[in-house]
Amino acid sequence: MTDITDRQQLKYIAAQAADARVNLELETEGMTLNIGPQHPATHGTLRIVAKLDGEQVIAADPVMGYMHRGYEKLTEVRTYPQVTTLINRIDWLGSFANEVPFILAAEQLMEVEAPPRAQWIRTILFEMSRIANVVLFLGDMAVQVGAVTPVFFAFRDREHILNQIEAVTGGRFHPNFDRIGGLKDDLPAGWVAETKQVMKKMRAFCDEIETLVMGNEIFQARTRGIGVIPADVGLQYGLSGANIRASGVDWDVRRDNPCGLAYDQVDWKVWTHPDGDSFSRFWVRLQETREATKIVDQLLDTIPAGPVMAKVPRIIKVPAGEAYVETENPLGVMGYYVVSKGDLVPYRVKIRSASFNNMSISPWLLKGVYVPDIITILASLYFILGDIDR
Amino acid sequence: MSSTDTPTEETPTEEAATDSAREAMLEQLSGELGDALVGSHLEPGIDLTVRVTAAAWADTAAFLKTGMGFAYFNFLSAIDWMPSPFGRDMDSQVDITLEGTEAKPAEEMTWGLAGGETRFQVFARVNDIVKHRAVTIKADVPEDSLTVPSWVGAYAGSNWHEREAWEMFGINFEGHPGLRHIYLPGEFEGNPLRKDYPLLARRVKPWPGIVDVEAMPGDDDETDSAEAAAGDASTDPADAGSQQ
Repeated sequence: MTDITDRQQLKYIAAQAADARVNLELETEGMTLNIGPQHPATHGTLRIVAKLDGEQVIAADPVMGYMHRGYEKLTEVRTYPQVTTLINRIDWLGSFANEVPFILAAEQLMEVEAPPRAQWIRTILFEMSRIANVVLFLGDMAVQVGAVTPVFFAFRDREHILNQIEAVTGGRFHPNFDRIGGLKDDLPAGWVAETKQVMKKMRAFCDEIETLVMGNEIFQARTRGIGVIPADVGLQYGLSGANIRASGVDWDVRRDNPCGLAYDQVDWKVWTHPDGDSFSRFWVRLQETREATKIVDQLLDTIPAGPVMAKVPRIIKVPAGEAYVETENPLGVMGYYVVSKGDLVPYRVKIRSASFNNMSISPWLLKGVYVPDIITILASLYFILGDIDR
Repeated sequence: MSSTDTPTEETPTEEAATDSAREAMLEQLSGELGDALVGSHLEPGIDLTVRVTAAAWADTAAFLKTGMGFAYFNFLSAIDWMPSPFGRDMDSQVDITLEGTEAKPAEEMTWGLAGGETRFQVFARVNDIVKHRAVTIKADVPEDSLTVPSWVGAYAGSNWHEREAWEMFGINFEGHPGLRHIYLPGEFEGNPLRKDYPLLARRVKPWPGIVDVEAMPGDDDETDSAEAAAGDASTDPADAGSQQ
């Protein structure tokens, strides 16, 4: 045995005694805390059953299904053009982005390619729905740590984007604009110039949030080092989007597999952050929003002329086969595994939604955190309930 | 791709260039799995699908993760290949007349890519985000036990996906830490995504179907528009009269 000095031994005994005293005075008892299903931090109706020891979470169990609509079953009795109406409602803040991977999968099976102009407009609308979606996150994250002002700015400035989307598609939230073989319609006159003005406003919004929120001492104290996700754990749970890029993983479907979209025509950057905590997830999303405005600006300058619809039959029958297409949606990677048997309706559609995977890490992530941090961690993971429950 | 008009000189070189990476993947997998790999489908330049036996389902995951660098778990789900006993009954009557067929009884089972032998198949997808490649793995689920080994040991993230597949298809995952309902209430009976589980909304009220086929841009031929114009001229006054 190594000899222990008296000093060390006394210190050890003192520490033991202090611990015993604390345990005696503040006797902690197991307690189950129910958060939700109605809670502002849950973006819908998510319930979390947290087992607590004092202020610390021992186990957290998310309870889902309050909004399960069974889209995978419903798609089996709807024709391909009808499916886009349903899947618009998966992530309701960035609806257009939901349609794109499904349409791309159907086009892959039909061996149809959208004309270049349609691909450009698709990419522009895709990035605009990303901005409309993530802008709310940037405002909402501040609300979760106690700052109410940014969310009003977010709602104010999101309106500009929604107006532009409405001008093209006719719908503010559910455009239902994407078609197999192209788009429903062309851009209205004067839209390009207006959208450029809006992109300037959105960049100003990003600057505003950066000065208002990110430098704030309280915000930093509540988010830095909280909810750290190591890269290898994140990969195992299938995290995607800003959640995995904030853990230092340099992976973006837009850059690595831009099938059917015009991302390879643009000069842009994938943002990553090495820390993996709540703060870096916020930081990455802010940079991505700014990057998205730049992508839109460049695409607006280079839209090719031509039709927006390829020649497709009036009644769409998709040849037998299977296709999986994924895109980098506002919330993360979203994909559709479409199985066709040559019918008017899909045989089976597996919807791989981003939030389902992003939330599946929460039991692991919430273990050991303190109660107030549950809210900031969930807010920083950024999920939409419709995207979890489908 | 399969059109006969394309020059024959171009297609083979193009395919060979895009193929080689996926062919190498398939070779490595079949070298490791041997007889356990029972089917594969390689779509040049698009995707690779591999079918393994149920017994090798979890070992395949472990090999993909540690041996081949597929660190990213994408999703896991299942397919029911039995044709719906309700046939086209659940489609709208308009769609059936468009097809020119009556509501037909259940046909024989047919399988998708990489083949199949049983009614249920589980399938999953994993990515290698460094080399930017991905593979879809399928396995037949034995009819008697409806059990396959769990992937939770290899990819912790498959936990919720397996709970979903258990709930929706009734497939058991051996070694899963706790198969319980994820979306549906605890007392729910049945497996909704099975093809023989009826969609009650459709049984109660028929669906209108494609009643309004939208005209495609650039699709208005002269004959069409002339007909439409003639039709409008003849029917409009009558319609207006009847409405009044």
